[in-house]
Amino acid sequence: MLAETTYNYSKLEDIQADIRSGVLRLEDLVTFYLDRIQQLADLNAYLEVFGEEALAQAKEIQNKIDNGTAGKLAGMVIGLKDNISYKGHRLAASSKILDGYVAIYSSTVVERVLAEDAIIIGRLNCDEFAMGASNETSYFGPVKNFADTTKVSGGSSGGSAVAVQANLCLASLGSDTGGSIRQPAAFCGVVGLKPTYARVSRYGIVAYASSFDQVGPITRSVEDAALLLEVIAGKDFYDSTSSKEPVPAYSTLLNNSSKRKIAYIEETLHSEGLDPEIKQNIEAQIQLLRSQGHTVEPVSFEYLDYVVATYYILTTAEASSNLARYDGVHFGYRSDSSKDLISTYKFSRSEGFGDEVKRRIMLGTFVLSAGYYDAYYSRAQKIRRLIKEKTEHILEDYDFILTPTTPTPAFNMGEQPTDPVVMYLADIFTVGASLAGLPAISLPSGTNKDGLPLGMQIIGKRFGEADLLSFSKYYSELDKK
Amino acid sequence: MKIDKETVDKIAHLARLVLTEEEKNRFIEELSEILSFMEKLGELDTTGVEPLIYMNEHVNVLRPDEVIQEISREEALSNAPLKNEAYFKVSKVIEK
Repeated sequence: MLAETTYNYSKLEDIQADIRSGVLRLEDLVTFYLDRIQQLADLNAYLEVFGEEALAQAKEIQNKIDNGTAGKLAGMVIGLKDNISYKGHRLAASSKILDGYVAIYSSTVVERVLAEDAIIIGRLNCDEFAMGASNETSYFGPVKNFADTTKVSGGSSGGSAVAVQANLCLASLGSDTGGSIRQPAAFCGVVGLKPTYARVSRYGIVAYASSFDQVGPITRSVEDAALLLEVIAGKDFYDSTSSKEPVPAYSTLLNNSSKRKIAYIEETLHSEGLDPEIKQNIEAQIQLLRSQGHTVEPVSFEYLDYVVATYYILTTAEASSNLARYDGVHFGYRSDSSKDLISTYKFSRSEGFGDEVKRRIMLGTFVLSAGYYDAYYSRAQKIRRLIKEKTEHILEDYDFILTPTTPTPAFNMGEQPTDPVVMYLADIFTVGASLAGLPAISLPSGTNKDGLPLGMQIIGKRFGEADLLSFSKYYSELDKK
Repeated sequence: MKIDKETVDKIAHLARLVLTEEEKNRFIEELSEILSFMEKLGELDTTGVEPLIYMNEHVNVLRPDEVIQEISREEALSNAPLKNEAYFKVSKVIEK
């Protein structure tokens, strides 16, 4: 039996106001989350809880608040996806091959949230090496959706989404390669933001596909997404691919109710496998926005049928290269069957990686191999350019592009299609922004008749997060009836 | 694209994986299917299109060439499955 919820905050501003007025002590809030994590352990959202440490942090930050010296995330309790390094803490990317690994340095995003006095309460389950869309590829088991525990959380940042959905922390950090923040956020009815490629440092993040990977927030409000992004974004000496583009104070730029010009992709609404209720839902959102005076028009995107194939060629190729570092020698799992160097590599990797990871490594190795490189990898890079240019072209005429986040609501646990192509097609609406390197957010847009959350995706312009977030806040506050 | 057993063996070796017979059979089927799906990309005309390689606007990002030690040897070795006080240990590489 679940204890009655004492605290149910949806944004940091409210927590800070209650702390300032003396209604709330930060240690009580952390204790509440710790108890609730234990009560809802069956969801399998957390792989590890940093209880004592979080309480010690709470005490220290409460003092800072009392003294007026606290950072802007003071009062925010967050969880980290298990692919984000936090010095002195375990990090496994939900894989057997990294089980027991302890991070020897912190990722830049962790350094930045700690410098602003966020409290890190634990490590969150995800698909193995962030490869999956249901959190079922995790070595540590799947994560259950809090809206209906027979359904998946989505993935790969499944634990990050469920922890926020189930009030097991206020916010979390996830990572998104082709939808891994947005899709579980949609399945769980929370806000998930993938920033523009290079907006946030990737230093200390377990690499999957380096020309796609981005860290981003999963939150219960657009305000907190803006605040977290503002803290984690920006140039990083340790990641030469991070952008020098100045970081606006997103959280102070949220009030903008100007009339927007929005495109929706015609083909998405006729896409095979689109759930009828999701179609209805997105059409209702389009009508709602029109009724508020915004221009919402259909545009054609002739590459929709090609995005998934392009995405999987490029990401598996990058993954096969990135995951070459798991060799059974320097860190991580080493097989007992190792006899010589080559068998150390082969047995350690084969026993350490799960099925989906092996499948992607095999595929990536194939598309990069002699004789196939041009036909697959190089061709996909060319098509990536076409997709990026076409998407940017649409965004020259429109402020945003709107799509459903996912073609279906959260599906049943254990019912992941055995056909990998069918499974990969679930990413059809999210991979486009990833291929183009554009920012995209998934916002809750109600529930279906079974009470399962649905999500709407808004794609913005390159480094256009300020606009994307202000429109998201405006949309979130619209009366959806 | 139909993948045969020989190709699966070759790719597995390149990827430094050993596969069971069951895995090999599954991969033959799955990879063939995925690659056939990917061949759809052949429908698009990419004549004259340059491959998109870098997603950043900056191509060369330089920094001062200074030595900074941030990770100690102990830390670097701390996660090694087999080590001594100074080195990672591996199986013997050179035969007598």
